[in-house]
Amino acid sequence: MTLDIAKLVPSLDSRILLKVEGLRKYYRATANRFRRNRGLIHAVDGIDFEVAKDESLGLVGESGCGKTTTGKLLVRLIDPTAGRILLNPGQQQPTDIATLKGKPLKAFRRKVQIIFQDPYESMNPRRTIFDTVAEPLKVQKMGGTLEHLDRVSHMLELVGLTPPSTFLFRYPHELSGGQRQRVAIARALIVEPAFVVADEPTSMLDVSIRTGVMRLMEELAARLGIGYLYITHDLAVARYVCDRIAVMYLGKIVEVGETEELLQRPKHPYTQALLSAVPVPDPTFTRPPVRIKGGVSVPVDPPDQCRFYSRCPLADDFCRDNPHPPLEDKGAGQLAACYKA
Amino acid sequence: MSERPVLAVEDLTMHYSIKAGAVRAVDGVTFSIERGQALGLVGESGSGKSSIAMTLLRLLPDNAQILRGKILLDGVDIVPLSEERMREYRWNRISMIFQAAMNSLNPVYKVGEQIIEALEAHLESAREESIERVRRLYDVVNLDPGLIVRYPHEYSGGMRQRAIIAMALACEPDLIIADEPTTALDVIVQDHILREMRSIQAELDMSMIYISHDMAVIAEVSDVVGVMYAGKIVELGGTADVFHSPIHPYTRSLMSAFPSVTGKKRELGTLTGEPPNLLDPPEGCRFHPRCPYATDVCSNQEPPKVRRGNHWAACWNPQGE
Amino acid sequence: MAVSDSPPTAPRSLWAVRAALAARSFKQSWSMFRGTRIGIIGLAIILFYLLLAAAHPILMNTVWDEKIYDPVVGYAFDETRQPAPPSWSHPLGTDPLGRDVLSQLMYSARSEFMLGLLAALITVSIGTTVGAVAAYFGGVVDTVLMRLADIMIMLPGISVLIVLSALIGVEHFELALIIGILSGFGGTGVVLKSQALSVVVKPYIEAARAAGGGPVHIIFVHIVPNLLPLSFLYMMFTVTGAIFSEAVLSFLGLLNVRMSWGLMIHTTESAGYLLQVGEYWWLIFPASLSITLLCSSFYLVGRSLDEVVNPRLRRS
Repeated sequence: MTLDIAKLVPSLDSRILLKVEGLRKYYRATANRFRRNRGLIHAVDGIDFEVAKDESLGLVGESGCGKTTTGKLLVRLIDPTAGRILLNPGQQQPTDIATLKGKPLKAFRRKVQIIFQDPYESMNPRRTIFDTVAEPLKVQKMGGTLEHLDRVSHMLELVGLTPPSTFLFRYPHELSGGQRQRVAIARALIVEPAFVVADEPTSMLDVSIRTGVMRLMEELAARLGIGYLYITHDLAVARYVCDRIAVMYLGKIVEVGETEELLQRPKHPYTQALLSAVPVPDPTFTRPPVRIKGGVSVPVDPPDQCRFYSRCPLADDFCRDNPHPPLEDKGAGQLAACYKA
Repeated sequence: MSERPVLAVEDLTMHYSIKAGAVRAVDGVTFSIERGQALGLVGESGSGKSSIAMTLLRLLPDNAQILRGKILLDGVDIVPLSEERMREYRWNRISMIFQAAMNSLNPVYKVGEQIIEALEAHLESAREESIERVRRLYDVVNLDPGLIVRYPHEYSGGMRQRAIIAMALACEPDLIIADEPTTALDVIVQDHILREMRSIQAELDMSMIYISHDMAVIAEVSDVVGVMYAGKIVELGGTADVFHSPIHPYTRSLMSAFPSVTGKKRELGTLTGEPPNLLDPPEGCRFHPRCPYATDVCSNQEPPKVRRGNHWAACWNPQGE
Repeated sequence: MAVSDSPPTAPRSLWAVRAALAARSFKQSWSMFRGTRIGIIGLAIILFYLLLAAAHPILMNTVWDEKIYDPVVGYAFDETRQPAPPSWSHPLGTDPLGRDVLSQLMYSARSEFMLGLLAALITVSIGTTVGAVAAYFGGVVDTVLMRLADIMIMLPGISVLIVLSALIGVEHFELALIIGILSGFGGTGVVLKSQALSVVVKPYIEAARAAGGGPVHIIFVHIVPNLLPLSFLYMMFTVTGAIFSEAVLSFLGLLNVRMSWGLMIHTTESAGYLLQVGEYWWLIFPASLSITLLCSSFYLVGRSLDEVVNPRLRRS
């Protein structure tokens, strides 16, 4: 089966690390007093993107847009409904992550890791830092305990927890939030993954500590050639850590582009609204008014039209009568899914 | 502006006593707010900003003591007031929008009922009058009056936050304290709420205290900013002054560490070390162990207030100028 | 939040480090436990009965004549009438069959402990596993285990034991097994499952899965250790329940055991002395007081462990 894929995509850029095609995740909505019909929630609804080696792709959107679901699909914490996730698509034998099972799935977990948002809840309070960081090595049966000790020490040093010996046998509650997030990074990187999903890794950290963690992730990516999917709700943070940004809305990617380009000249009306809503730390700066109303709804059985139709200031009858627009090049390699942009 | 300030806080000091000793959560804090003014308190977690809010409302747990200082609400010191007297002040004169207020609505009662209940407890108004009032409040915060008879789970996050604001406005207080009012909300909803709060404030000529860790939110909503670090206000002044020419090194590093989507992309600053343990804060200036400009005097003597116009900072080595 | 004792730094040998960490955490728990007072009272009572149990074989081998003092087949030849009131040679008197009450009391203490601890151990091993497995897998596994738990909870424990003892002759080991299964698959399992449910949703479980950890790894490395404090607490309560059930069954004469506190009361009752407690107090009082004391001591220890365990759970 893997051979077929290689035939289908023979000429891919060898720099591409991860390629996602038509990824979907549907959930059955839970029935309750108010929703009798148990419709399908289109949490992730056919998205495509690529991440290159040592590139950081930001996945930005409001809560409920499907960004966290996408992250969990990529590390296979949940199973996709449809679509392909190809690791190393340029190689002779790329792996389709979407359908892995059993032993190959376990082996794949070395290649792709995840960093969670909450540094307080993402570590077992009863296990030492050593146990936490060494866990992937242990379950993957990579070397003995003494080797683990060496590698964990080295890793702790790499993430700036020095000297490692003072951290190895502490418990999570003895560390500060910033230190814990560094431990989480160490745990994700200890198996030398090629790709890391970072789900809001700095959103719970204080400003003064945040920059340090952001910079560390950037540095390690460059040094170890890791590709990131950086999930965040904060465009300002994305600006500093991401090479490219993909904006998600109700399960669809509505715009992708180079970070500065996208932030300076957003094409999609949703991106424009999102950007104009971000508060600016300058009291003399007056933001333009946000032109859209309402909040994000839950995409239960969405009609076959632009997902943004009901809130869009540009929408007209054409948008209503046609299916959700495809991502199209709007210049400078910037893709947007909009008929009007 | 010569009239009496709505709120004047003088040398307020509040400690929590725990087994290991006294946590000096609020330490010698002084500020005041004029009618119609918005004060922003910005600081990182554990800087004491929420503790100030709880102290101003006298909603403190049993292990907290106000050791020193005055809280003058329209000239009356509320620190020595009995709990009974204090209850008259709360909601009527000073009310609050809590952090995570969205979840503070009782799920088994209709939202309108909860606001009416709060009204009746404080105003002794007739029921029809209260209902009419809630209707007007919903109008003010841009909520459909049809929602009055709905339950909290039928509201979205932003709608719930609006209902909470309506409740805080119910008794037409002189001062509202908003503790992280939009932290759990998405940016677009946050934008709507912040804009509304500002216009309501201007309309009713109310005073506000905004408390947030988000420098950008504070920059947008407040007229005056206080920067908090380890239980103290380290810098206080007009928002433009503080943001454009910060005096305290801590303020400067906060500004430089805070990313923005607009303007030139600049190198983000970072701070070494961790905020101090308030059980045993450092001698002298509490920021000195992390301060790049620290000198010997910083580590053993309380820093003096450096004034520049209406803007001051507590620092031995003031920056700028 | 910071802990004053610094942890061992240089990794000399991994086991040494782990032992030091365990010792440190034990020390912290112990100082909290000591602060609760009721736990200390309970512990003192338990220690007292442990000493009694340990002293019995020593006394039998040294000062006590086997023919007179054997708890089951001994006979107090030195007394003229049975039951004899307390005297120097028989501090708690003798029973209607002429056997020394103190010797019976001490001899029984050992089996009470064995029974209680065994029942508790079985309960907790089953309960923890059931709770963790039901919470982790959910779905059909959860439904089956929880319906089984409903059945176990609905079964009237004592009545079942009565029927079983009539059918198969129940001794201490069987009793422990039955109590352990009833409570492990029943109430204890349900309580531990609800605790496990709050563990399985933690991101560290997802992190372990993302690392490649399978169900066995996650259940035994992440879920079970977080259930242990609570299950230890339930262990204490099971001990109480087991000793109490044993007393009831032996009193009804349904237990196939050589000697126990319940059996001592049963002997008194069947010899017709039960209603003359005022006159023959030594026949009832030592055994019933022992049952009460030992049951409450484990309960007290459980209660104070609860205080030790809970704030810690809240903090972490």
